[in-house]
Amino acid sequence: MLSLKLAFKNLLGAGLRTWLNVLALSFAFVLIIFYNGMIDGWNRQAQRDTAAWETGEGQFWHPAYDKYDPFTIEDAHAPMSEDILKEVNNHTLAPVLVSQATAYPHGRAIGVTLRGIDPNQEVLELPSSKLPQSNRTDYAIIGKNMARSANLEAGDRLLLRWRDKNGTFDAREVEIAEVFRCDVPTVDNGQVYIAISTLQEMLAMENEATLLVAGEAFEMRELEGWDFKDNEFLLADLQQIIDSKKVGGSVLQGLLLIIALIAIFDTQVLSIFRRQKEIGTYIALGLTRAQVVGIFTLEGGAHSILAILLGSAYGIPLLLLLNRNGISMGYAEDMAFDIPLAEVIFPYYSLRLILITVLIVVITATIVSYLPARKISKMKPTDALKGKLQ
Amino acid sequence: MKMKTILISLLIASATVGLLAQDAKEILETVDLNMSSENRIFESDMVIHGRRSSRTITSISYSVGDKQSFTEYLAPAREQGTKMLKLENKLWIYSPSTDRTIQISGHMLRQSVMGSDLSYEDMMDDRKLTETYDATIAGHEDIGGRDTWVLDLKAIVDDVPYHSQKIWVDSERFVPLKQEMFAKSGQLLKRTTLSDVQKVQGRWFPMTMVYKDMLKDGQGTEFRLTSVKFDQEIPDYMFTKAALKQ
Repeated sequence: MLSLKLAFKNLLGAGLRTWLNVLALSFAFVLIIFYNGMIDGWNRQAQRDTAAWETGEGQFWHPAYDKYDPFTIEDAHAPMSEDILKEVNNHTLAPVLVSQATAYPHGRAIGVTLRGIDPNQEVLELPSSKLPQSNRTDYAIIGKNMARSANLEAGDRLLLRWRDKNGTFDAREVEIAEVFRCDVPTVDNGQVYIAISTLQEMLAMENEATLLVAGEAFEMRELEGWDFKDNEFLLADLQQIIDSKKVGGSVLQGLLLIIALIAIFDTQVLSIFRRQKEIGTYIALGLTRAQVVGIFTLEGGAHSILAILLGSAYGIPLLLLLNRNGISMGYAEDMAFDIPLAEVIFPYYSLRLILITVLIVVITATIVSYLPARKISKMKPTDALKGKLQ
Repeated sequence: MKMKTILISLLIASATVGLLAQDAKEILETVDLNMSSENRIFESDMVIHGRRSSRTITSISYSVGDKQSFTEYLAPAREQGTKMLKLENKLWIYSPSTDRTIQISGHMLRQSVMGSDLSYEDMMDDRKLTETYDATIAGHEDIGGRDTWVLDLKAIVDDVPYHSQKIWVDSERFVPLKQEMFAKSGQLLKRTTLSDVQKVQGRWFPMTMVYKDMLKDGQGTEFRLTSVKFDQEIPDYMFTKAALKQ
């Protein structure tokens, strides 16, 4: 307790030098929490959005289907059994039929993926109910990014050309019923959604689907002839991107932390050099060398406590404000990397994140304080008392 | 007496239809004889008309039947050395700038070849018309001063790219001068205009073809053959992926 009191007294006595060190360390502390909180918030939102718009509670794939291999799409379709159709009617499974096509917006040709979805599905947030069932007109819904790249808006007509299951070309005009806004690029970019019954008829694949999206109410079990893919698998790409972002961010955080720690290290070296008489006095008063090393280490380490307190003083209101209002990222116009990115990211600060950051700051500050303090154990008390350089 | 007249008229009509169908088939067979061969080597200039300018791509193609084809681009410098290999229904492209061979997938097959009105898919389908279509004569028309048979073609197999076609066949040389391809829905998808018909190794062959994707804006893509050789000896190794990097 005496050591602690002594350490804080010495620290506060050093005045501006201490506060500059504390300020630098507190910046590192707040930045680490902010950056990781933002990444965690992005991760949570991206996972939630992807599940809501695309993956549901998992998907059942046709065994031939591989979303990374466009070669598989042609053969990846199978009829839905009675059991599956019952689940579809109960809105616990949403069937999706996938095909590739060419769209001709305003006389240009662009490759698109046609996705047949059930207009009555309730599993995904896709506004499939906007697909009116009509015998005379076929309707489609597209995402905002797709609409922008193809220069289309609701009410426009879009000519589609595709090949049926035999490879024969067919072409038809569809009317854009709705342009929806979605933060998941894989749901938006190059995707055209039409009623599954229409697509089945277009491809001559009656009652067939490529994949089935499971909803919350689906009682998880195996479906014969379909391979289940859980969200861990379906969101693995996203997780890898997030992890790599964390590694990239940690370099910046590490640099900032190192700058703050170098300042503490420097202060410690200076303290031990200038306070040799004090060190000699401690030893003369009966303190062991280890105890004196402890006092100086504690003194250096106490920078981190002050930094955490200072960081909390300005960081908590700032981070809470960001958490409440979110950080505007703008609408990801290009969605070039197929990463779900919401327009506003709300950082998420977990208790684990805060505790780990506190530990990192305290432990690293203590280590850099200890390193110069080790010199004390080699000092001769008499020379130290005289203030001789050692 | 009236009944007899009707019966005779019906017999004559059905015989005429049968004869016409027979004729149409014969016309198509003669067209195939002109247009198809066991193997062939083409040198061509493909003129792609863009919005602002046109560019010409020179290439040489080696084909055997309708299953194997190898194309090497010779000019311009940017495309020089790019090679394309088609085996059955698979297509690979070798790019010298990256020294990589990539297989063109289902999605990319629908993209146009170097900005032209031809997709990779179009380049891959090269079967004989008689194998895939049933023809009927729809009439006669004059195209560029030449009399043509107008044939309506309906697919007789399932796995054919175009459900129906309409072709205008030179009635003397038995070479198509115009070809329109339709979707199942009846939508006109592509139009090909063939001209500059020359006699090559005893057969009439069009040396210039203009392909037009009717769903797309633009002037179409012109395909000018500068050299055509039929029934040549083409080594087997040419149709291997290893040949792409050579």
